Amino acid sequence: MTAVLSPGLLAAGDPTLATHLAVHGPLRPPAPDAVADLAAAHGLTGRGGAGFPVAVKLRAVAGAAHAGRRRAVVVGNGAEGEPAAHKDAVLLARAPHLVLDGLQLVAAATGADDAVLAVPGPVVAVLERHLAERADPVPVRLVAVPDRFLAGEESALVSVVDGGPPLPRSKRPPVRERGVAGRPSLVQNVETLARLALLARGDRRAAAGVLVTRHAAGLPVDVADVPLTARLDAVLPLATGVQAVLVGGYHGSWLTVGTAAGVTLEPAELAGVGAALGAGVLAALPEDRCGLVETARVVGHLAEQSAGRCGPCLNGLPRIAAALQALARPGPPHPGLLADLGRWCGLVVGRGACSHPDGSVRLVASALRVFEPELAVHASGCCRARPGTAPFLPLGSGA
Amino acid sequence: MSRAERLVLDPIGCRGHGVCAELLPERITLDEWGFPLLAPGDLPAGLHRSARRAVAACPARALDLDVERH
Ligand SMILES: Cc1cc2nc3c(=O)[nH]c(=O)nc-3n(C[C@H](O)[C@H](O)[C@H](O)COP(=O)(O)O)c2cc1C
Ligand code: SF4
Ligand code: SF4
Repeated sequence: MTAVLSPGLLAAGDPTLATHLAVHGPLRPPAPDAVADLAAAHGLTGRGGAGFPVAVKLRAVAGAAHAGRRRAVVVGNGAEGEPAAHKDAVLLARAPHLVLDGLQLVAAATGADDAVLAVPGPVVAVLERHLAERADPVPVRLVAVPDRFLAGEESALVSVVDGGPPLPRSKRPPVRERGVAGRPSLVQNVETLARLALLARGDRRAAAGVLVTRHAAGLPVDVADVPLTARLDAVLPLATGVQAVLVGGYHGSWLTVGTAAGVTLEPAELAGVGAALGAGVLAALPEDRCGLVETARVVGHLAEQSAGRCGPCLNGLPRIAAALQALARPGPPHPGLLADLGRWCGLVVGRGACSHPDGSVRLVASALRVFEPELAVHASGCCRARPGTAPFLPLGSGA
Repeated sequence: MSRAERLVLDPIGCRGHGVCAELLPERITLDEWGFPLLAPGDLPAGLHRSARRAVAACPARALDLDVERH
């Protein structure tokens, strides 16, 4: 394959098929096995949050379909339930045909005869029009996903595609074995699919970039396609007026500015400081806000969004959220509150059907580390936040 | 060929009845909300029979045994 210098995921000036073909060229259908090999060779990982290797999932679903003698189903995940993330919405608006190309590639790789693109209701109609322009070998169904944090979790998404509620299902058996209509299913984030579509065209850099949604005071929230080798402080302005950085989103981690300024976006480097790219959210918390107040508000939202299906999550998240709300208020906390909080966090990790509690606790633990000085300030009855400032982190339209 | 057996819980199915912890206290304790905490790792050979009893007794059918043959 010849290496072409691709202009990247968001390069096309408009979302039409003509522009897509002019900018990226046609997609030559590869041999089915070649897709997983390509993903493996470039180390392509999922961009929906967990960063799982694409090749491993493709082969597992193809294997499950073969073993069970059932055709697989592939699902493009454009739910983007994370309120601070907009990258999938921007991608679907600007480069829908890259996503649809990627969906055909994974359908070929898994031998699927049913492809679903699951997206927020308001964009179904426009995608319907883009789809009508194409002649795809595997027909694509568009499914509207409700605007809820959990709707994009893979088993919840399968439930939505099957006409059920946007709630996670039991993982035994896993989605890769029994997903949509009980068939072996592959769920892949839409950015992952678009990157695969560029890789298949010979763009070697496609697997080495990430779409990020940036939040910084005084700047409009935007989405950028950046290389993983970029330094975090080159992607997000951190030089002045910033107190801490949220990396990954609401299942992500707070970092001190000093730590954030010293790393690139490479997964291994972020892991070294206890962070991950997650849903690609990068937020620079301004000096005049309180990180404890912001985190307490977000965790309250996360607790409300919990499907309440698993005992530890149902019991733990509301208590964790209430404890954070207490710590976010100026004044000495109830003695033992921090110990309770630590114990409850330990009791929810790894005990849900999905990783919602684990992600929520990751955020809480990082807030307690990074905003530790604020805990003392609050205990003495003060708070650094300027009174009357609006919350910095968004909770989305559904909140 | 040996068999490794491991308890697995479906957290969505589990309603916190706690029957399992009564039947297999060596491997299952209850958290402060009444939900089971499973000891990690494979079951010791001597507990296979009581593990099967606990699995059968769960009213929510939320407890299972994964069997792996090596
Ligand atoms: C609570 C929760 C919410 C999630 N929401 C989304 C989402 O909105 N979009 C998404 O692509 N993945 C989401 N995920 C991850 C999916 O479960 C799944 O891992 C992902 O879609 C797989 O695609 P990828 O491997 O290409 O990232 C969520 C996971 C959890 C636990
Ligand atoms: S862990 Fe929480 S959010 Fe996930 S399925 Fe269970 S109750 Fe729902
Ligand atoms: S007996 Fe079943 S429902 Fe009850 S706690 Fe044990 S696993 Fe859960």
